[in-house]
Amino acid sequence: MKQINRLAGGQVDQTKTLNFHFDGAAYRGHPGDTLASALLANGVRLMGRSFKYHRPRGVLSAGSEEPNALVELRGGNRQEPNTRATTVELFDGLTAQSQNRWPSLTFDAMEINDKFSNFLTAGFYYKTFMWPAAFWEKVYEPIIRKAAGLGSLSQQDDPDCYDKGFLHCDLLIIGAGPAGLAAALTAGNAGAQVIVADEDFAFGGRLNAETITVGDQSGADWAAQTAAELATMPNVRLMSRTTVIGAFDHGIYGAVERVSDHVAVPDTGKPRQILWRIYTQRTLLCTGALDRPIAFENNDRPGIMLASAMRSYANRWAVTPDQQVAVFTNHDDGHRTATDMLAKGVNVAAVIDTRENAPRIADCELIAGAQVIDAQGRLGLKGIRLRTQDGRERVIRCGALGVSGGWNPNVHMTCHQRGRPVWNERLAAFCPGADLPRGMLVAGAAQGDFSTAAALAKGAAAAAAALSDIGIIASVPSQPETEDGDVNITPFWYVKSGSGRAWLDQQNDVTVKDIKLAHQENFRSVEHLKRYTTLGMATDQGKTSNMGGLAVMAELTGKSIPETGTTIFRPPYTPVAIGTFAGRSTGADFRPTRLTPSHKWAAEQGAAFVEVGMWLRAQWFPQAGETHWRQSVDREVLATRKSVGVCDVTTLGKIDVQGSDAATFLNKIYCNGFAKLAVGKTRYGLMLREDGIAMDDGTTARLGEDHFVMTTTTANAVGVYRHMEFARQCLWPDLDVQLISTTEAWAQYAVAGPNSRNLLRKIIDPAFDISNEAFPFMACSEITVCGGLRARLFRISFSGELAFEIAVPTRYGDALMRRLMVAGEEFDVVPYGTEALGVMRIEKGHAAGNELNGTTSAQNLGMGRMVSKKKDSIGSTLSEREGLNQPDMLMFVGFKPVDSNAKVTAGAHLMAKDAVANAANDQGYITSAAYSPCLGSSIGIGFLKNGGDRKGEIIRAVSPLTGTDIQIEVVSAHFIDPEGERLRA
Amino acid sequence: MHDLIAITPLGGTTAQTDSFPGLEISEQPNWALASVSARHGVAKTVHKTAPNLIGIDLPEVGKVNSGLEMTAFWIGPDQWMVMAAHDAHEDLAHMLRTGFGSSASVTEQTDGWARFDVEGENTVAMFERLCPLDAKAMISNSVSRSAIEHLGCLVICSSAGYKFSVLCPRSSAASLHHALCTAAKGLS
Repeated sequence: MKQINRLAGGQVDQTKTLNFHFDGAAYRGHPGDTLASALLANGVRLMGRSFKYHRPRGVLSAGSEEPNALVELRGGNRQEPNTRATTVELFDGLTAQSQNRWPSLTFDAMEINDKFSNFLTAGFYYKTFMWPAAFWEKVYEPIIRKAAGLGSLSQQDDPDCYDKGFLHCDLLIIGAGPAGLAAALTAGNAGAQVIVADEDFAFGGRLNAETITVGDQSGADWAAQTAAELATMPNVRLMSRTTVIGAFDHGIYGAVERVSDHVAVPDTGKPRQILWRIYTQRTLLCTGALDRPIAFENNDRPGIMLASAMRSYANRWAVTPDQQVAVFTNHDDGHRTATDMLAKGVNVAAVIDTRENAPRIADCELIAGAQVIDAQGRLGLKGIRLRTQDGRERVIRCGALGVSGGWNPNVHMTCHQRGRPVWNERLAAFCPGADLPRGMLVAGAAQGDFSTAAALAKGAAAAAAALSDIGIIASVPSQPETEDGDVNITPFWYVKSGSGRAWLDQQNDVTVKDIKLAHQENFRSVEHLKRYTTLGMATDQGKTSNMGGLAVMAELTGKSIPETGTTIFRPPYTPVAIGTFAGRSTGADFRPTRLTPSHKWAAEQGAAFVEVGMWLRAQWFPQAGETHWRQSVDREVLATRKSVGVCDVTTLGKIDVQGSDAATFLNKIYCNGFAKLAVGKTRYGLMLREDGIAMDDGTTARLGEDHFVMTTTTANAVGVYRHMEFARQCLWPDLDVQLISTTEAWAQYAVAGPNSRNLLRKIIDPAFDISNEAFPFMACSEITVCGGLRARLFRISFSGELAFEIAVPTRYGDALMRRLMVAGEEFDVVPYGTEALGVMRIEKGHAAGNELNGTTSAQNLGMGRMVSKKKDSIGSTLSEREGLNQPDMLMFVGFKPVDSNAKVTAGAHLMAKDAVANAANDQGYITSAAYSPCLGSSIGIGFLKNGGDRKGEIIRAVSPLTGTDIQIEVVSAHFIDPEGERLRA
Repeated sequence: MHDLIAITPLGGTTAQTDSFPGLEISEQPNWALASVSARHGVAKTVHKTAPNLIGIDLPEVGKVNSGLEMTAFWIGPDQWMVMAAHDAHEDLAHMLRTGFGSSASVTEQTDGWARFDVEGENTVAMFERLCPLDAKAMISNSVSRSAIEHLGCLVICSSAGYKFSVLCPRSSAASLHHALCTAAKGLS
């Protein structure tokens, strides 16, 4: 297919041809094209359908501010919706589909919405879909969901990968147009660390789109040459295809680099995009200015575009939207489009200027004091109707109309931290206000300096000023000669005639009539205007529509534009794929995994693993023939209680506490006494929160006069360590105590059961006597194993059996587990996992995380007497408050089902036998439950009002969530060996 | 002499090395580590003891001192990590505890950490894909903490712009190693 609207020249390589498809049709373009420019070159003006009314739409702009030409780019699992055709770099084999239309772009059945526009005006959904009520869920909502949105998702996993990145610099320059490039040269030559980022694939900004000369070169050549010079500087990092998406706190900027979007598929292992976090001392915003339209009836016809975009297409991309064009404007710069189109050999029918005294600039007809009042051609512009100064109407045939109501400095990022721009009367535009994000300066058109000469000079000066702030001296060179034109503009926002609709926000289909409706319904503040009409709420954030909308509202309310004010721009500047925000943190890599020292061995045994926080712990070790987890768990429990079992308990936090005040410190952290704990002894410790609620528990071993090793629960290890560091540094800085985590450094295994001592004797070196006399319950010691390896032994028991915990440096943990299994063969040793560990501690009645749930006190746990009254500790005072010491308070007890086949459910609430199951009759709840192979039934533990005095009573466990309602007997929580004989064997 | 065989943080019997263009990542399991925290009021004593005990001064904030057999790096106020070849100094913590006596709290940290050395012209580019650390600006013999893929790490620069050691909690060695290799692979 011939490129009927291709012109000569431009910055596209017309010696090479690229093939692409749009809506299934084949087209050709050139390297350097965007999808939009290539489509225009092929005579395609119709590129999309609007959101609400499904009106045929063409491309409005040539940049990322594009509201209309949104396509689904690529196919299959790499399909990306809502992609602006204006920023897609054309590559060979590119495929794209238009969106939001069925069955096709030229015939869209949903255009029927346009006929019902009177019923679909702003805020229509506040007045409809209400009756009948039943219709909402079954009828209205599904229809609305189907109709909503623009593009569609592939519903498949995104196969691409994304990186996060972190950069540091002295000066971040956002935008590489004339201001940004001049700034970069100044800063680069001063030796500062500089990052220059531009969303375009070529540096130069407007210089690539205009016929302006800089020095004795074209603007585009100067830009390319400058970029090449900057590329040789090791202290300058050039980032093209990189959109700075937001100004975040503390001088941090987010930027998205499109690494691979301009090729068909990213190379293996390479990211499609990178989300950079840029830590910068100073920032120079050189984002230029955006052209704004003038609204008139049917101003959204395909072929009607921003005047600056029309000449961008002609100058940079060697494309004209049609062979016959016209221009509609209210300022001198708009005429430049006509001049440039004529220079490219395109017919310019006329320049229509609203100003009566408009100057004659282009060599074509000038119709001054006139307004375009209508456009014809539904699927593509055919002509425009205008009203001249004397009130007569004229029709001009043209296939494209360039419209410009003036330039808006691109102040987006100056507002990200709630700054508001200020109105500039001379420019008839908003310029950056005083409240800029910390460390930000603005230069060039973004600052309201529209001439190229001003951009160069101010860009360089601003860079020097920014660097001077941080102690780097930069010399500001003189700039090459270039145009220094004035701004001549008479504000004009919309044409007040015609009964039809004049379009302001083309992406959200918001018209001048909608603004009037909002005003009529009293949604007059600019914030209400935005939300009621959805003006500026589409993916383009109103870059080409906010100004027009608030100007109309200003007129209606009789206020000035500055009095009407603006809403706040928010990050991201342009849409960002969720995958880009996720980076590598997806799937299995969402967070790190912590592996225990016996993990490799456990995996060899075919263990089932469970996530416990970030840890992977063996949950049970199925043996051949076992098909259900209960078989494995029951077996592990019975075997351990019968002979001996081994469990990896490395995951429990281990905190090394040393110093001459270590004991004093622990005495303040724990509610029970630790100052007098003897060396070589371990003690159970309970720590409270300030408000007297139990926080964590564990055992602490005294290995020396000033050396303790504390254990915490797995889940709270980090929290407790933080808590202790806070206490050490801030609460009692005068105490001589030092802390460090040793959770990782030691592999630790529980060895439990009647034969645990016998097994350990086979690996502990003979010099160490671990008989009951020499090493009684709660003893601890540093020892050696297997012929001299340093180890630690603790006689503590979670299972309630005779038990020990043995620790060796982690690198030997794998070998120790294997050695224990071999040495334990004669005792039928079993490895046991977290399930069996849990069953046994429930059978024993040991509180764990479920019981220390953040609402229970020492009293609730039956440990009220552990809270020492002889010393101050965190939480001891408030533990005595009335609320925690009520006579009928919750008490920790056990539960057995009356029917031994019934299942006790954790989370069930406790009711009296005949009570109605409701909150008023709630007497407590079950915190932990398990099948006990030792007792032959399900059991539970939990909290019951006044539970200590109610043993033997029959009550009910009720859980509406699981349909549970069973009778249970209140019993002691200590089902196994309540006297502790096994522990002390 | 005990007969238990050690495994590396990545679970092998020998250390693993991965090569990428301009970058080599090598597991370094043969290092003993011990933390030394000066007790209250006796930091001077600790500083005085160090040269005889470990052959080097204890370094200033953010710095690394290396001697013939020992290396020390700063990890907190009045707190350092001492590093030495594992096989020659497996009893490092014991030696330091004895030497510093009651002037410092010493703990064995050898297997609390996994160490990966990264070396080559692309090391800085790799760090840029991993963490907020300004690796480009790090000078030789400096150390900093940084979070790499949610892991609290220590990063030592032994040769500016070229060679670094990354220490992460040992249990997450595989996750960190994966992150390092993924970042290395993603560089263009």
